[in-house]
Amino acid sequence: MSTETRPLVEIQHLKEYFPINTGFFKTTPLKAVDDVSFTINRGETLGLVGESGCGKTTVGRTILHLYKPTDGLVIYDGKPIETKEDLAEYRTKTTMVFQDPYSSLNPRMTVSDIIAEPLDVHKLYTDPKQREERVLELMDHVGLNSEHASRYAHEFSGGQRQRIGIARALAINPEFIVCDEPVSALDVSIQAQVINMFDELQDRFGLTYLFIAHDLLVVRHISDRIAVMYLGKMVELASSEEIYDHPLHPYTKSLISAVPIPDPKIARANRRISLQGDIPSPLNAPSGCPFRTRCPYATDACAASMPAFEEIESGHFVACHRVNEINT
Amino acid sequence: MSSLLEVTDLHTSFFTDAGEVKAVNGISFFLDRGKVLGIVGESGSGKSVTAYSILQILAPTGRIVSGSVKLDGQELVGAGEKAMQDVRGNKISIIFQDPMTSLNPTYTIGHQLMEAIMLHTKRDKREAWDRAVEMLRLVNINEPEKRMRQYPFEQSGGMRQRIMIAMALACEPDILIADEPTTALDVTIQAQILELMQDLQRKLGMAIIMITHDLGVVAQMCDEIVVMYAGSYCERGTAEEIFYNPKHEYTKGLLRSIPTLDTMGRKLQPITGTPIDLLNLPEGCPFAPRCDAAMRICIRQAPASMDINEFHKASCWMNVKALAETEAALEDDGAADAAETPEGGDAK
Ligand SMILES: Nc1ncnc2c1ncn2[C@@H]1O[C@H](COP(=O)(O)OP(=O)(O)OP(=O)(O)O)[C@@H](O)[C@H]1O
Ligand SMILES: Nc1ncnc2c1ncn2[C@@H]1O[C@H](COP(=O)(O)OP(=O)(O)OP(=O)(O)O)[C@@H](O)[C@H]1O
Ligand code: SF4
Ligand code: SF4
Ligand SMILES: [Mg+2]
Ligand SMILES: [Mg+2]
Repeated sequence: MSTETRPLVEIQHLKEYFPINTGFFKTTPLKAVDDVSFTINRGETLGLVGESGCGKTTVGRTILHLYKPTDGLVIYDGKPIETKEDLAEYRTKTTMVFQDPYSSLNPRMTVSDIIAEPLDVHKLYTDPKQREERVLELMDHVGLNSEHASRYAHEFSGGQRQRIGIARALAINPEFIVCDEPVSALDVSIQAQVINMFDELQDRFGLTYLFIAHDLLVVRHISDRIAVMYLGKMVELASSEEIYDHPLHPYTKSLISAVPIPDPKIARANRRISLQGDIPSPLNAPSGCPFRTRCPYATDACAASMPAFEEIESGHFVACHRVNEINT
Repeated sequence: MSSLLEVTDLHTSFFTDAGEVKAVNGISFFLDRGKVLGIVGESGSGKSVTAYSILQILAPTGRIVSGSVKLDGQELVGAGEKAMQDVRGNKISIIFQDPMTSLNPTYTIGHQLMEAIMLHTKRDKREAWDRAVEMLRLVNINEPEKRMRQYPFEQSGGMRQRIMIAMALACEPDILIADEPTTALDVTIQAQILELMQDLQRKLGMAIIMITHDLGVVAQMCDEIVVMYAGSYCERGTAEEIFYNPKHEYTKGLLRSIPTLDTMGRKLQPITGTPIDLLNLPEGCPFAPRCDAAMRICIRQAPASMDINEFHKASCWMNVKALAETEAALEDDGAADAAETPEGGDAK
């Protein structure tokens, strides 16, 4: 395959099971991520959405090998990550931005030291002057003032802290960044600044993002394609327009219809497909299709086997036994 | 006809070591029976403190400095603790921002619901039990008898939020104040809760004050909207007026800064600058330091509330047309001061 068409990140049948103590000497695997496959192209933003606890963060961390995958493969730029050496090299190109700008930064470190930490870890400078120059350059990339360098993180507002976190992520010159709910904790007016910054940095440095968020309008705004998860499994993946305009999976349909639209006329005319019941515990996932306990279309067949994640239309993947009947 | 709830020029401050924190600075609004009023504004703009002031449940350092809160024509400011207990128990209920902190982890759901019911109504234990089960059923909780014997930690986030609503509704309030009732929830669960609140509001005919920063929720739920900035309203009116005809620069900025169905592939337009410092409120318009349209007068003198139309008020100098034009002319030749007394727009 040529580099043109080859995805930058490819994950195949990724699984992450956490052993949970469920009694004396008894553990049960919690299937946080269960057989997930997708690709991300160079320079692309793939959005990842789904309800709390469905496994989004775990997917992000497992892709980066911050958790060792229970099973499955991560292929980066055509190369499977298998040996220690592969991993070491992979680490120099990939990184993560976290949700909570309050707790993910050490309050006792200056902004300059926080941003320089990855430089220190990966020995990316030869003398202190070079280190300082690089820090100032990174601060400039994210719109932080150079006089902020010697101050402490707790002196900054949420939006500024998120900028510090992003500058730090950029320190290693990454190609691929997993952004785990990077704007969820921010006030709406500040959110826009940070979203724009992700956009600008992507254009400028050709970055590739996996963008995790629960605000679907934010995800739609920033993503080229969107993947939808439910209870550790992938249920649908398509371009942002497709996911919004022609969702095919019953769960995606209800998810999209539940998004409150900031426009009174549209919001009130909107017909919501409301779901009954709560999300099952991942320790006690239903047999067959994970969504069947809340799905209005469920039949016996749905309990019998897990539907395959298949390409129904070009570039549009869905895991549902009845996708064709439902969508005619 | 007077409104169910009328808040007029309310000022609430916290007296801290650092000085007086003017958390609420002259807010006014009214709420009619059976209506839903939304309060929006950025973090720290005084939404929760406004709610706590109405109920007089402020932290010890906080105090209503001036202004009036009238419920059904009765003045609550200065009414005394006994009167307020009656208001809190029977007339106005609140759902707090975090459901976990307001449910007691050591008691069963049933115990807490019955306690609330017996405190506020003349029911005995048996009747309170029945009522509690009925309330849980009303908020769509299945197997309510079983839930009654369970503890809060055994419930999911959406379930806890519904229990909080059941608790708040147990005494059949005239007004329900919901402070960010769905912020912590997933969209599908949020949709269930909002639908439930709308349903109950129609069934029981109660009025709701919905505090949120989510403009989508406001668009879906609210008849009237109060936009808060720096402890006061910068603009208020019907949902249609606020969304389609905003007349304050902060509201306009807020609406431009959120992703909507048609911002894809475009840049969002953020509000620049940092939120206001309540310890040092500026003399003029509190939004002036962040406002792209700020004029000279904005820095010197705070704009009064002006009537845009029958359904809409805004506090922004831009609405004084003559003034905006004069300013533009002055910008051109950089001459004298703007008119001291604005014409047009009936400042009240
Ligand atoms: N280190 C861990 N050990 C055990 N269980 C875990 C661990 N991390 C996550 N889980 C469980 O795995 C499941 C998926 O969690 P994850 O944090 O990936 O969800 P998420 O989709 O990111 O949710 P949220 O939207 O709330 O952040 C959950 O049931 C969670 O409790
Ligand atoms: N007990 C207190 N002592 C001192 N200041 C306080 C106290 N409670 C609130 N404040 C201040 O009052 C202001 C308004 O706070 P409030 O909680 O009403 O904001 P809010 O609009 O509800 O914000 P959020 O969206 O974050 O909930 C804030 O600046 C806050 O710091
Ligand atoms: S497979 Fe069955 S239960 Fe699952 S989404 Fe499709 S119809 Fe619903
Ligand atoms: S009064 Fe002036 S500073 Fe305030 S919002 Fe209007 S134009 Fe901007
Ligand atoms: Mg997560
Ligand atoms: Mg609040």
